[in-house]
Amino acid sequence: MSILIDSNTKVIVQGLTGNTGSFHTNQALEYFGTKMVAGTHPKKAGQKWTADNGAELPIYASAGEAKEATGANASVIYVPPAGAAAAIEEAIDAGIELITCITEGVPVMDMVRVKAKLEKSNSRLIGPNCPGVLTPEACKIGIMPGKIFEKGSVGVVSRSGTLTYEAVYQTSMAGLGQTTAVGIGGDPVNGTNFIDVLEMFLADDDTKSIIMIGEIGGSAEEEAAQFLKDEAKKGRKKPMVGFIAGRTAPPGRTMGHAGAIVSGGKGDAPSKIAAMEEAGIKVSPSPARLGDTMVEVLKG
Amino acid sequence: MNIHEYQAKAVLKSYGAPVADGVPVLSLDDVQKAVDSLPGPLWVVKSQIHAGGRGKGKFVEAEAGEKGGVRLAFKKEEVMEHAKQMLGNHLVTAQTGDDGKQVNRLYIEDGADIDRELYLSVLIDRATGKPAFVASTEGGMDIEQVAHDTPEKILTLPIDPIAGVTDKDSEQLCDALKLEGEARTDGMKLFPTLYKAFTEKDMSMLEINPLIVMENGHLRVLDAKVSFDSNAIFRHPDIAELRDKTEEDAKEIEASEWDLAYIALDGTIGCMVNGAGLAMATMDIIKLYGEEPANFCDVGGGASAEKVAAAFKIIMQDPNVKGILVNIFGGIMKCDVIAEGVIAAVKETNLGVPLVVRLEGTNVDEGKAIIRDSGLNVIPADDLDDAAKKITDAIKG
Repeated sequence: MSILIDSNTKVIVQGLTGNTGSFHTNQALEYFGTKMVAGTHPKKAGQKWTADNGAELPIYASAGEAKEATGANASVIYVPPAGAAAAIEEAIDAGIELITCITEGVPVMDMVRVKAKLEKSNSRLIGPNCPGVLTPEACKIGIMPGKIFEKGSVGVVSRSGTLTYEAVYQTSMAGLGQTTAVGIGGDPVNGTNFIDVLEMFLADDDTKSIIMIGEIGGSAEEEAAQFLKDEAKKGRKKPMVGFIAGRTAPPGRTMGHAGAIVSGGKGDAPSKIAAMEEAGIKVSPSPARLGDTMVEVLKG
Repeated sequence: MNIHEYQAKAVLKSYGAPVADGVPVLSLDDVQKAVDSLPGPLWVVKSQIHAGGRGKGKFVEAEAGEKGGVRLAFKKEEVMEHAKQMLGNHLVTAQTGDDGKQVNRLYIEDGADIDRELYLSVLIDRATGKPAFVASTEGGMDIEQVAHDTPEKILTLPIDPIAGVTDKDSEQLCDALKLEGEARTDGMKLFPTLYKAFTEKDMSMLEINPLIVMENGHLRVLDAKVSFDSNAIFRHPDIAELRDKTEEDAKEIEASEWDLAYIALDGTIGCMVNGAGLAMATMDIIKLYGEEPANFCDVGGGASAEKVAAAFKIIMQDPNVKGILVNIFGGIMKCDVIAEGVIAAVKETNLGVPLVVRLEGTNVDEGKAIIRDSGLNVIPADDLDDAAKKITDAIKG
């Protein structure tokens, strides 16, 4: 099993015809034949998009039309920042179950509006400013490099794209592999948080252990740690390894991700690490030792 | 993006918030005119720099006198004296670092008779994903200290973005700030006004510390600190014009022109990385090996070879850089593009310091081949640990 996506997931691409959308849709089709079923573009409806392997994807005017024609249950968004929120709202209105927004640089106020709409819907949003979701040998949504994945038993959840790859690569090298990797994104207001994904990994029988990668800013890691402590009391617990990026970041500066800022003495690395360790997570001081640390934790 | 206090007050005033009359001055020639345009009998001369704690700050230069960065004047001549002492000199506050920041602008403001000082801010509450007010009766103080010592004196009130600020929300804020009479009437009007400014202008932070109740019973915004969501500046050309580049690091400005995230730091190892998380982790691991990063340059996703070369040159401009670590895990970013950009930049800049390159991810084999076949003196690394170890060893000689 896996979480969120599997080989039956049918994906439409909002922003398929741009460079980024085209490149990554080709990559997804090559990755164990991920079911990329259509694209959307308000002015190119009726046209076809041709993949490198010769496959043709129909273009529809909107997510709603694309869903109706193809039965898609997921969407991935490669639309530039100014239009990204509108694309998410279009997907929510279409009733798409899983919406993944890769776009970096979406204005926060747009996400405030999207989040309010999301709460009244049945859709789940991953991102924005995230690398997407990947279930090995089944489905790749987003921009994660497929080559580094191996089918296996570790669930990976991360606020950082490239650190997700580190965790995946290292667990593949260690022979553990992954059930699913989820990049929740580095923005201050996002669709899915650690707790949502941790709940799914705890409920998934094939996920035997979890790697959680956080970073400075906000309190999502502390809230996740509290959630894990509460669940452990109910007997729900899996071996976990963690990492927090930014322990050397100077306070008051936004470190690349809009959400990565230590402000007002809050959101610093030591308090996150302490909360995670208190919840039984083995926090690795080095981002290069996530895989090895998991092997050690599993040996007990 | 940060702006100056006087700019923040002008924005708030345009929405109808109660702000004192004041005049910004950029040179001593403008001071007299500014003073004459204000009624007195009290004037406030305020240093305009992008840093907090100005009142408690101290100037580096002895000629600036012992007083801080915010000074009261009870006579018109005193305003000129203060201006002469402050303008052009360097103010050190808790947020500026030891060198301080040069005061290039002053704000001369009409003084107020203060009865009570309050704290009020609007920010994005990350836990709820909504804008929220933070209000406290303990104004004029460091709010973080208040939060630590007496958290019960702070109200955090998230606002439903669909309904906006309701009368019930405003009542709650009035109660938290203990506003009565005229001040309460002002407050009922002020909270929706501030919320409107915050959301319409895409602010990321609006802090009024203090908000004051004057002796005449009315509210006034005495200090204002506003920052904007950089990702939304594209739709606010009026706000974009308020940017003061003299407050920013020159290399950070050059990097922003290339759409690179560059942050200057104090160490010796230049870092070119893709992705904010990996960039932070790279800094962390360099420190783990006993060295300090000189900077943080995130080339992001989808960079061209030219952009990578530009990033490399910006890193090289820092005289503190004794070695460079390139650490790329390509998802969007393709390793061969990074390699081409690095090689082009190395050839152009005549690299005089050790360079360690670690590539992984999309098109990694092509990228490694480009580095290998370049014939240049580049130290390849296999993983992040190996890369950090090699660069720290290399700069030790």
